[in-house]
Amino acid sequence: MIRNGRSFDGRVDAPADSGAGTGRAAETPGTSGAVVMELRGITLRFGGVTAIRETTFDIQEGEIRAIIGPNGAGKSSVLNVINGFYHPQEGEIWYQGRQRGVLKPHQIAHQGIARTFQNIALFRGMTTLDNIMTGRLTRMKSGIFRQLAWWGPAEREETEHREAVEQIIDFLEIQAIRKTPVGRLPYGLQKRVELGRALAAEPSLLLLDEPMAGMNVEEKEDMSRFILDVNDEFGTTIALIEHDMGVVMDLADRVVVMDYGRKIGDGTPDDVRSNEAVINAYLGVAHD
Amino acid sequence: MSEIQVETRTESDASRAGNAPDSIPKLLARNAASRPSAPAYREKEFGIWQSWNWAEVAEEVNALALGLLDLGLVAGDHVAIIGRNRPRLYMAMVAVQSVGAVPVPVYQDAVADEMTYVLSHCSARFAFAGDQEQVDKVLEAGDSLPSLEQVVFLDPRGMRKYDRTRLHDYRELQDRGRANGEAARAELEDRINGQGESDTCVMLYTSGTTGRPKGVVLSNRNIIESSRNACEFDGVGAGDSVLAYLPMAWVGDFIFSVGQAYWSGFCVACPESESTLNQDLREIGPSYYFAPPRIFEQMLTSVMIRMEDAGRFKRRMFRHFMDLARRVGADRLDGKPLSGIDRFRYRLGELFVYGPLKNTLGLSRIRIGYTAGEAIGPEIFTFYRSLGINLKQLYGQTEASVFITQQPDREVRADTVGVPSPGVEIKIDDAGEVHYRSPGAFVEYFRNPESTRETKREGGWVATGDAGVLEAGTGHLKIIDRAKDVGKTADGQLFAPKYVENKLKFFPNILEVVVFGAGRDVCTALINIDLTAVGNWAERNNIPYASYQELAAHPEVYGMVERHIEEVNESLGRDPSLAGCRIHRFLILHKELDADDGELTRTRKVRRRIIEEKYGPLITALYDGSREVFAETEVTYEDGRKGTISAILEIRDVRLAGEDSGLRRAA
Repeated sequence: MIRNGRSFDGRVDAPADSGAGTGRAAETPGTSGAVVMELRGITLRFGGVTAIRETTFDIQEGEIRAIIGPNGAGKSSVLNVINGFYHPQEGEIWYQGRQRGVLKPHQIAHQGIARTFQNIALFRGMTTLDNIMTGRLTRMKSGIFRQLAWWGPAEREETEHREAVEQIIDFLEIQAIRKTPVGRLPYGLQKRVELGRALAAEPSLLLLDEPMAGMNVEEKEDMSRFILDVNDEFGTTIALIEHDMGVVMDLADRVVVMDYGRKIGDGTPDDVRSNEAVINAYLGVAHD
Repeated sequence: MSEIQVETRTESDASRAGNAPDSIPKLLARNAASRPSAPAYREKEFGIWQSWNWAEVAEEVNALALGLLDLGLVAGDHVAIIGRNRPRLYMAMVAVQSVGAVPVPVYQDAVADEMTYVLSHCSARFAFAGDQEQVDKVLEAGDSLPSLEQVVFLDPRGMRKYDRTRLHDYRELQDRGRANGEAARAELEDRINGQGESDTCVMLYTSGTTGRPKGVVLSNRNIIESSRNACEFDGVGAGDSVLAYLPMAWVGDFIFSVGQAYWSGFCVACPESESTLNQDLREIGPSYYFAPPRIFEQMLTSVMIRMEDAGRFKRRMFRHFMDLARRVGADRLDGKPLSGIDRFRYRLGELFVYGPLKNTLGLSRIRIGYTAGEAIGPEIFTFYRSLGINLKQLYGQTEASVFITQQPDREVRADTVGVPSPGVEIKIDDAGEVHYRSPGAFVEYFRNPESTRETKREGGWVATGDAGVLEAGTGHLKIIDRAKDVGKTADGQLFAPKYVENKLKFFPNILEVVVFGAGRDVCTALINIDLTAVGNWAERNNIPYASYQELAAHPEVYGMVERHIEEVNESLGRDPSLAGCRIHRFLILHKELDADDGELTRTRKVRRRIIEEKYGPLITALYDGSREVFAETEVTYEDGRKGTISAILEIRDVRLAGEDSGLRRAA
């Protein structure tokens, strides 16, 4: 049982800011400390396989929360539990102050949690603009017939949504590929478009599944910048899975470490870095 | 001193002595009064072209100027402007001028170190920064810029948590200005009216092919008269439009996008981002266009690459009509008579090839196009002219407020830079260096009286540092090289490196060349291949490569470059005075020359001295007969970090027709 791998003091430290004196205020990022999402004693099984074992942690409003761990540690499963796609056999999920039950797909879509995927899931034949527009779908009110007729409120609505989408295109600096079919784009840009689509839903919680997998250093730097900016500008709460330790330690306010479906560490990047269980998991100590 | 004086046009002072506006803010007031609702600026943002008319520009500039007044900007202060071309940054320049201060546009891609130098050299008190990246660069310099007091930023993104005591949001500053009372307005009015033609309009730092950049002080008279002359020369009027995409710190952009735009009242469009430039160019379709030769080269290369990938029918049609254009297109543009059948066929070509091609390139509406900065390849030049695009050459420099010579319509040739611009006098001294005297000639180098004396000599003659000849009869100027780069080889033959380099660079496969040979027995060269062109060629020939370095070292690439050099050698050999410039040995560099590494200027001109220093071992190897050389080079990334790349480079001898390589003979 590693339920309480270490006690968590509930505070968030500011990410190390070397830019003292450069005009950057050295105050904590916009975390209010309110808990957006809380997992309590979650266990998830697929038949005989236990993917997550009695895991407890929370995500606070406005923070960047990283989930790390070796391959097969159960990170993606945790993300799927968070957004309601998987329902755990044991434990409770509290979201925005309420306990959440089993959700139907349309409820999942409407609860305000958006995500990107490990293996990009965009409409390859559609343009960047249209792909991001699909992110607005849950926010459109006019029905299919009105949209077909494209009259009155439907037209106004589309203009509004297009404006929101253009803000995102501007934000992510992908103006040049606005009209390019996504399938023709390099991998790094596709990842960015996917982030754009997730942002278009104006989520209260954004889940990123390995946003930097397969990227080169420059692309990773760009992506990190965008993740920080999203957090900064829109105050979006972000939970992300990432393998690149350097990136995680720089980006995250708090880190959950998983191994074999268990939480083995939780805390600020510095805490986690000096945590023995974490070091063992990463340096490959023999498991029983 | 043998002087050849050409066309001295003394100004009839009547036009100037009157109430003609003699500063940019006064021109703005004139435009806002005479054509308030005509578009002044456009910028694509959020996928839509947003525009400002002259009345709106005047209002925004005034509000900002009042804000600056409130912040304590005083006349004579210097204000750095850093960012990509955006209407609000142009307006910021005019607002700064309104207050009586001097705008100093800075290259936005300058690394922090270069930027710090400029800001500290002019003791800028205020700075305008386009976005967070530029703000960071300015703040990073922090302690080394004691004179810098306030920074105004345009795009607030990412700066929510910055300390705002010295940082101001552009729009908030405008609001602050708008809230100002009558007293402030009167004060601003006084400051605008208090300026005349001898006051400083702008200060621009030269790209500095040698050493540190110098601050060129240009007066209102410099800018406004040059702009007026240029507008009259080409009949540029309010109906024209330009796309402002070249660095704001470059004098050309200041003349076109501020001087001429405010003088004639035409509209300046700014692209959405650097990467959407081609799309924006197509959408705007400017009528007045300026680009350095490399832009035209890139365009041509991309067209040719795409044609190689096109279907057979399209390819044949393209080739057929391009042959026709090459034969008759340039003549047609020069107004020479054509046979009826050629006229008909050209019109057909316009319908099927030229028109669509120009449309794709965004050049459909070009009335006047200019290229300058470097020599342009004759093939490239005639390619555009044969399509019916009125591309011309001009010769100029920052110190002249751009214009020294220009090509008038119907006197356009690939091998000259034209006749003296209106109001410009030219003479060539004994050493062959070009000197000029003009209304645009700069006031001084800022805080550098020594350089000012060296360059601006008695009688107001300015030395250009370029060697050139005036063609007898036509009065056209030909530029050979930088005066100090023209040298002699060990056996006394003429050595004009730039001339040879340009000849080589006209091959699309070759991006940059540096030729050595002054004081040496023979000439040798360092080569940079063009990754786009050679990469495409490699793809078509099934040559795999992973990086620039690998492709550059490929034996077949070496073979290709060798053939190009042989071709150039052959043409040099035909001219006895240039035969000494033939290249005997070369190597292809393992990295691209880069401005971040200090090897090129920001306008992509080769910095010869620095390259000589940095690649010393390679140059030694070029002359000691070795077959290969180990090279290790430090590279600087955009964020200022450094790394090294190393490689073993092959050195090749080039066979010269009729004789053996001098080195091999010696060995």
